[in-house]
Amino acid sequence: MSSEGVDLKKRRFLTTATAVVGAVGAGFVAVPFIKNWNPSERAKAAGAPEEADISALEPGGLLRVKWRGKVCWVVHRTEENLKDLPTLDSQLSDPNSEVPHQPDYCKNATRSIKPEYLVAIGICTHLGCSPTYRPDIAPADLGADWKGGFFCPCHGSRFDLAARVFKGSPAPTNLYIPPHKYLSDDVILIGVDQEGTA
Amino acid sequence: MKKLIVIIVLALLPLAGFANESVELESANIDLTDHAAIQRGAKYFTNYCMGCHSAKYVRYKLMENVGLSESMIKGNLIFDGSKVGGLMKIAMPEAYAAESFGAPAPDLTLEARRRGSDWVYTYLKSFYTDPSRPTGVNNKVFHNVGMPNILWELEGIKDPVYKYEVHEGAEKVAEFDSEAEANAMVKEKGEGFRVEKVVHGFSKRTDGKLSDEDFDQAVRDLTTYLTYISEPMQLERQHMGVWVLLFLVIFTVLAYLMKKEWWKDVH
Amino acid sequence: MSLMSWIDERFPATKVWNEHLAQYYAPKNFDSWYFFGSLAMLVLVNQILTGVWLAMAYKPDANLAFASVEYIMRDMDYGWLIRYMHSTGASAFFIVVYLHMFRGLMYGSYRKPRELLWIIGLVIYLAMMATAFFGYLLPWGQMSYWGAQVIVNLFSAVPFVGDDLSLWIRGDYVISDATLNRFFALHFLLPFILAALVFIHIVALHKVGSNNPDGIEIKKGPKGNRWSDTAPADGIPFHPYYSVKDIFGVGMFLIFFAAVIFFIPDMHGLFLEAPNFEPANPLKTPEHIAPVWYFTPFYAMLRAVPPMFNSQFPGVIVMFASILIMFFLPWLDRSPVKSIRYKGMLFKVALAVFAVTFIVLAYLGMQPSTPTKTMLARIFTGVYFAFFLLMPIYSKMDKTKPVPERVTE
Repeated sequence: MSSEGVDLKKRRFLTTATAVVGAVGAGFVAVPFIKNWNPSERAKAAGAPEEADISALEPGGLLRVKWRGKVCWVVHRTEENLKDLPTLDSQLSDPNSEVPHQPDYCKNATRSIKPEYLVAIGICTHLGCSPTYRPDIAPADLGADWKGGFFCPCHGSRFDLAARVFKGSPAPTNLYIPPHKYLSDDVILIGVDQEGTA
Repeated sequence: MKKLIVIIVLALLPLAGFANESVELESANIDLTDHAAIQRGAKYFTNYCMGCHSAKYVRYKLMENVGLSESMIKGNLIFDGSKVGGLMKIAMPEAYAAESFGAPAPDLTLEARRRGSDWVYTYLKSFYTDPSRPTGVNNKVFHNVGMPNILWELEGIKDPVYKYEVHEGAEKVAEFDSEAEANAMVKEKGEGFRVEKVVHGFSKRTDGKLSDEDFDQAVRDLTTYLTYISEPMQLERQHMGVWVLLFLVIFTVLAYLMKKEWWKDVH
Repeated sequence: MSLMSWIDERFPATKVWNEHLAQYYAPKNFDSWYFFGSLAMLVLVNQILTGVWLAMAYKPDANLAFASVEYIMRDMDYGWLIRYMHSTGASAFFIVVYLHMFRGLMYGSYRKPRELLWIIGLVIYLAMMATAFFGYLLPWGQMSYWGAQVIVNLFSAVPFVGDDLSLWIRGDYVISDATLNRFFALHFLLPFILAALVFIHIVALHKVGSNNPDGIEIKKGPKGNRWSDTAPADGIPFHPYYSVKDIFGVGMFLIFFAAVIFFIPDMHGLFLEAPNFEPANPLKTPEHIAPVWYFTPFYAMLRAVPPMFNSQFPGVIVMFASILIMFFLPWLDRSPVKSIRYKGMLFKVALAVFAVTFIVLAYLGMQPSTPTKTMLARIFTGVYFAFFLLMPIYSKMDKTKPVPERVTE
């Protein structure tokens, strides 16, 4: 029970060293617990890119695809629709898609890669309802100026056929365009960016 | 006191491994680092086994870990339009399987862990003709199994070679190639003795598409695959374990030195 | 410093620190057997932490449970590691606690004034067994299912109310979804009760003070050491001396623990049993059902007793008695000394025989019963009870050695 020969420096060094190594170890132990909360393989598989076969999609038609639990629309726009799009600009909140709700390669007049095909996430930017597809021209309930588009039944938001929001809608912004690319003329892969544009 | 510790430690350690296997199993002799074998095994599995058996906790995508690309998985392993990230389920309803083979074909995800790799390997090689069975075959390792010999085209057809064992109670006392000799012995010995006919080996009736060596390799590949999917993280676990142990040894040595330094106060 | 005094005015942080760590004087002669108490707490923390994480993905539903475990093992990042930590931890918990209890047996830690401490410890042990039993059903494998079936059926051996009792425990005519769901709830709850019991165990310990390998009461010895004039001369502050020592013990333990987790998580079918890799099937009994290893000594005793009056109840009584008898240990030991160091040959032999008996019973409990093994189980069950029941006699007859005044180094 003597304090002779006690090397305080050594003692302090060993205590610090053990504490540091122990703390590093505790950090290592935390890693699996933290990583365990990442999306699992099941979630990743469910969120994997989704193929949409558009070979049978007629002009004017709409195809619904589920991607990451959300509904995605693929709309085959007619020549008429494409002609109508620029005429609506003055009635829209964000006609030039300044709000980055689309990949860069879709920041254009039609908000799409190929003009005739619109790919959009069918969830209203207001409160998350899914708008209905209304391709009919000038129906009674939507007025004589309606050139086809999407109408949200929940709160009356209106979008054109490029998924752009009309002024006066409760929805603040255009609908989202998901990343997508063409695997072939007939198949769109939703969830992956076009090569060289990501 | 030391003796007590030794007794306890020794006694706790070897309580392991007492499976009562009556049939001697061949060593599967597999190598989980052999990705090519796992890939080939996956192909056999999806081609031959998945008609009836699922591996429904495994995702096709797992094969990316052994070097297959997404398109290779799609092209070579998926026949039902499943996604690469999807589970290896099958379409056969359990009720149909139960009706056809007497029992639903079990899911094979964990089969190699349930029964051991050696068992799987030996089992797949132990089918022999048996006209009394609805499938026309029986199995030396799994007696009266409901499963047909799905690999017969590759292996060929094997007939059983019997031996005749003379038993006294539960104990085997002699073994003969001919039934007559065994019967003669039982007659001579009298009560308490009986003859048991056991499958001892096999004789080839027809050759299969593969040579014996190639068939062994195919079964080994399949066993490798089944062992791999039964615990896909097995190698990763061991690899990580080495680093963890190394770290812990360093920590423990430091802790020991620290303890010794502080305890200079006491001693 | 001012922050500390601000806290101390509102919460006795410094007081608790001093009373239970910095100025808590423990005998200076603890040996390696004294690691297991702190290790048991470490394993409890491991079990709670990994258990909560597993519960985040586990589904207590008969149709989903097995798949959810495989989901954890395969689809979640490091799910396999967390699950192996938990499954290995369960066995480690029992190993550590059995060694902790054996330490108590060797050094007479159950003797006056530590009777209550021993009893609280046994209550912890019972709570552990209940937790482990409930938890073992959760993977919903064949062994989980049939093991639970067998154990719950024990309760039907109780005269008159037995069948109703087991029916009530299961909530169904067989082990089913209802059973699984309630077992999950209890398996989640019990560890927190366990933690509370551990707290009570430590409160009791710090009231009476630790025993030591010499079985000498340091509080009755001379006073004054280099840290305090009033503290026992043979005591040293728990912190830093035993905290640093326990850290070393933790390191040693973790080496073994990690070796099992990373290299032999099945422990050749002892920690994870092969039939449990097959989902529960109420229509097909595995060839051989045995409980997990830590229950097998008691299971062996249960099976050793033949049915009497057409009832398995005597076996059930024997099994429960084998645990209950431990509660009387403080009053069964009549030796004038506490520690095995000063006890005579009789007690040493008795304890060694007891340790071997426990291990042999554990082994027999895992084996399919044969006439020879049942006979052995009967003999060793007798030896097990003889260790306790004859203790008042042999501990008194035993030739003890004189106990020194002070603890030995």
